[in-house]
Amino acid sequence: MTAQPLLDVHDLTVEFTTRRGIVKAVQHVNISVAKGETLGIVGESGSGKSVTSYAVMRILDRAGRIADGSVMFSGIDVKAASENEMRDLRGREISMIFQNPRAALNPIRKVGDQIEDVLRQHVQSAASDRGEKAIEALEQVKIARPRERYHAYPFELSGGMCQRVVIALALACNPQLLIADEPTTGLDVTTQKAVMDLIVELTKRRHMSTILITHDLGLAAAYCDRVVVMEKGRVVETAKSANIFARPEHAYTKKLMRATPRLGVSLRDLLPEEEVLASPRTPAVMAGLDPAIHHSSEGSSKAMDPRVKPAGDETKSPLLLVEKLVKEYPRQGAGAVLSKLFSRKPPVEAEVFRAVDGISFTVGHGESVGLVGESGCGKSTTSMMVMRLLDQTSGRIAFDGEEIGAILPQAFARLPLRKSIQMVFQDPTDSLNPRFTAARAIADPLLQLGDVKGRDALRARCEKLAGLVGLPVDLLDRFPHQLSGGQKARVGIARAIALHPKLVILDEPTAALDVSVQAVVLNLLQDLKASMGMSYLFVSHDLNVVRLLCDRVIVMRAGRIVEQGPSERVLGDPQDAYTKELLTAIPHPPLPVH
Amino acid sequence: MLTMIGKRLMFAIPSLIGVVIVTFLLTRALPGDPAAYFAGPAASKEAIEQIRKKLGFDKPLIEQFLRYANDLAHGDFGTSLTTGQPVATEIRNRLPASAELTLLGLIVSITIAIPLGVLAATRPGSWIDHLCRVTTTAGVSLPVFFTGLVLVYVFYFRLGWSPAPLGRLDVFYSAPPTVTGLYLIDALIAREFETFRSALSQLILPAATLAIFSLAPIARMTRASMLAVLASDFVRTARASGLSPSTVIVTYAFRNAMLPVITTLSMVFSFLLGANVLVEKVFAWPGIGSYAVEALISSDFAPVQGFVLTMAVMYVLLNLVIDILYGVIDPRVRLEG
Repeated sequence: MTAQPLLDVHDLTVEFTTRRGIVKAVQHVNISVAKGETLGIVGESGSGKSVTSYAVMRILDRAGRIADGSVMFSGIDVKAASENEMRDLRGREISMIFQNPRAALNPIRKVGDQIEDVLRQHVQSAASDRGEKAIEALEQVKIARPRERYHAYPFELSGGMCQRVVIALALACNPQLLIADEPTTGLDVTTQKAVMDLIVELTKRRHMSTILITHDLGLAAAYCDRVVVMEKGRVVETAKSANIFARPEHAYTKKLMRATPRLGVSLRDLLPEEEVLASPRTPAVMAGLDPAIHHSSEGSSKAMDPRVKPAGDETKSPLLLVEKLVKEYPRQGAGAVLSKLFSRKPPVEAEVFRAVDGISFTVGHGESVGLVGESGCGKSTTSMMVMRLLDQTSGRIAFDGEEIGAILPQAFARLPLRKSIQMVFQDPTDSLNPRFTAARAIADPLLQLGDVKGRDALRARCEKLAGLVGLPVDLLDRFPHQLSGGQKARVGIARAIALHPKLVILDEPTAALDVSVQAVVLNLLQDLKASMGMSYLFVSHDLNVVRLLCDRVIVMRAGRIVEQGPSERVLGDPQDAYTKELLTAIPHPPLPVH
Repeated sequence: MLTMIGKRLMFAIPSLIGVVIVTFLLTRALPGDPAAYFAGPAASKEAIEQIRKKLGFDKPLIEQFLRYANDLAHGDFGTSLTTGQPVATEIRNRLPASAELTLLGLIVSITIAIPLGVLAATRPGSWIDHLCRVTTTAGVSLPVFFTGLVLVYVFYFRLGWSPAPLGRLDVFYSAPPTVTGLYLIDALIAREFETFRSALSQLILPAATLAIFSLAPIARMTRASMLAVLASDFVRTARASGLSPSTVIVTYAFRNAMLPVITTLSMVFSFLLGANVLVEKVFAWPGIGSYAVEALISSDFAPVQGFVLTMAVMYVLLNLVIDILYGVIDPRVRLEG
């Protein structure tokens, strides 16, 4: 490392004033970034990685302040600099790209104007050719037809496109340091790869330094020179990225490494060593539950290996049969949808968009099937139709021998069959009523469709379910905002299994969770499936997770199935070009030495 | 754009027809017998019956309604029984008075409330934030007739700065030639600056009363939506790009925060236009609200129906203006022609 790093964060402590007193979000953090270096900051939520970067740019919100330590950026003391000096630094010397690119752009301002705002602020060009400069910036981030896109609003662009605009915005003034805060979270893997490659290409060409903040070890390993691992506001380990994955030193780094889904491991391998010994915990808890659970005895052995297929299921008819399923939507822009909302006019073109284009698949008894694809491929639409939350345009859905495709979504909610198909939703926070306690949320399906009568019986059932999903009983009376992400996910799962469904549709149930929590939740799902004899339809964009949990996988693209088959075969030896593309786009951390 | 406006107006027709029917039925369902009222307390049964016949109230409802609808179709709103004037003329004379008062009150209110809300949102916890809170609380908790009376007491009775609260113009002036019906504008068009001054001095107190009242919702909405927008991701992006605070607040935050404020404004405006009866009463303002209330009290159907219909039309037009404004500010709801 050179003697004079571009950025030197020394002994940084950041405090937030909250109602419950002062909280130290970041404590005694030391980070340095050399010129031209790419540094990864890795950690789970609450590790203080974003707060550190906000402190570097001094854009902490009102409650936060740098309490201690120093931040030196190429000889400037950021902590002592005046607000005017900082404003000159931001955007011109240090710039930042954010998570959720669509929200990071002003929704009612043309993207070209937003780039020009930055150029104007930092007097990067004469007023006359500012427009050209902005178009050039869009060109550099490889946006097709930049001259047209200049006049586009963020809502008219895709997520990946918006992130390119944010990058263009950040690099417009040729800064020396780029801070990328989870730049690809929420983007598809192929888009993620394109965006990351673009960032690397642009920063390398300009000899810029980059800080990549991410929760994804694979991403950090693939793109960073050095990696800093943070936990609970402290740096626990700093090392060259090649070394840190081969020889993680700190226990937390090891735990993170372990929990990251990757090639050649089973679900159990994701758990910290001490927890593997503790599981499987289910059979003991299950014993107390009612006769609806018939698999409990042989379930325990199966639970050990997620890929043991329930025997004899091939001969029986499948639990779920989907045939030539089609869902069409009238083709409309966002504006047209709104104008329809305000009953302005009917859509002029009767053109339709096929979200789901004639797909057929089956889910067997006790089988878990992964439905994989990038955003907009129709996987969520498919799951909604199976769930009877949405009516299909044509095609057949048979569940357990019964035709359910003809039942209108409104009518299905009142049928006893509704009990048999349940769903776990993507966002554990948004899918819980904030005014319901955990117990009330779990009891909800029991109250609507269940046969449990009386307060005490209901409570006992909730406690049993909580035990089943590993939620401490004393948390049952808490409200969602008093629970952690993992706990909320458990509530969501408990609610879904409350009525002993035969099929559970899991819509990206772990997408919003940290890897270590994800590991636990995935194992829990696996155990529950084995012990309760459920089938899963697992909707996900994360191929590594699907590989771990699912027996079979269906790859979708643009409403069609491009490939399906046993997980090991499809993901180990993909036949379709698109599946291959998906697989190569995943950044893989180097395998740790066992 | 024009086709869109035309379409919107077409869509409004069914609701207007509904308004006509409902007001007709409501006025008939109200307690009180107009015939008895107009015959006077000393009238005999026969006299009342005679008046009833004359007014057409002895006919079946459906026939009364058809006659009413037919008159409406010919632009005839009927005649007020109390004043003997055609309703259309009276509304035409009184609506501008209400509109002028409401508009001025709203303009005053906006020029104070929006900066106040913005400043309060950008400096939470500061004195200006507290000022905003106190003003809005005071604004909603003080009834308009009370603020109106206090203003009259202080500025007319005590200080003598403002003229007597007796209508739109001092008795010594005559109304300017009617162009828009708004005295301030008509006086300027006719270059009668003395009249303008007089009209303005009459307007100030009632307008201030309205402004104090409407200040609260507007300032609150501005503050709340500014706070929400200032906490959003794109404002953080703007700050991280080093944009100046004024650009961040005006170009990035304020324009986005304006959307809910405009909705509030339209609600406040339509509410004030028809509902500021108390202000009109305190200042003897010849507005449309007091006209309607007086008619209602004396079971005078025609003006009530005319009033409701006028307000409905105003509401439709106002909503159209708001929608167009929305489209101007927010490209996501931009109207397709």
